[in-house]
Amino acid sequence: MKTNDVILQTVTTVTVFIILTFAAYLFFAGHHDPGGGFIGGLMIASALILLYLAFDIELIHKGLPFDYKLLMGVGMALSLLTGIGAIVLQHPFLSHTFEYVDFPFFGEIELATSVLFELGVTLAVVGATLTIILSISEDV
Amino acid sequence: MFDAVLLVMLIMLAISILVGLYRAIQGPSMADRVIALDLIGIMMIALIGVVSIYLETQAFLEAILVLGILAFIGTVAFARFIERGAVIERKRD
Repeated sequence: MKTNDVILQTVTTVTVFIILTFAAYLFFAGHHDPGGGFIGGLMIASALILLYLAFDIELIHKGLPFDYKLLMGVGMALSLLTGIGAIVLQHPFLSHTFEYVDFPFFGEIELATSVLFELGVTLAVVGATLTIILSISEDV
Repeated sequence: MFDAVLLVMLIMLAISILVGLYRAIQGPSMADRVIALDLIGIMMIALIGVVSIYLETQAFLEAILVLGILAFIGTVAFARFIERGAVIERKRD
């Protein structure tokens, strides 16, 4: 008997964008409010896991052709490069700085270099989580 | 007065979590336990909301959304496991 989960797939296509928006909010709110790179990465990973649950692995890999092991490595390299960049500018390893910049439409926004570090953490968390879950589900 | 109302709400939510826990332990079938765990998750969301009113903070509102998302994904994963045996499929037939 051929199963039909059109309700799950329709709910998923709407919900995934809400979860990804919430993940982006958590990522950018992490400097002053609860949130940050780790929980943002876990929310991105859970949105992708919901896609893998509602559809199958090959269909999602056709639309999102990411190598998650490579994503994990890129994230850790990005976090390391923000530390090395401080050494290049004659500061101790992993010193971070911030600057208030006026943008034409958004007004004054605080730009911090620790956001780049958090971006590396996020990519590493997404890569590690999806590598673990997809390699567990491999031989079923 | 308002704190007393919040405490009564917390006690009633805790009682309903205990009732859901009874169904999760005692439930004769697997689907009863999954529904009971989903109910416990929703009751925990309500509990976090009442506690954040009681502590007069907004720091827990993200936790409410995270718990809602995780309860949904966990219930979907359990339902897939009961229905098909495999949670994530390699190729849909």
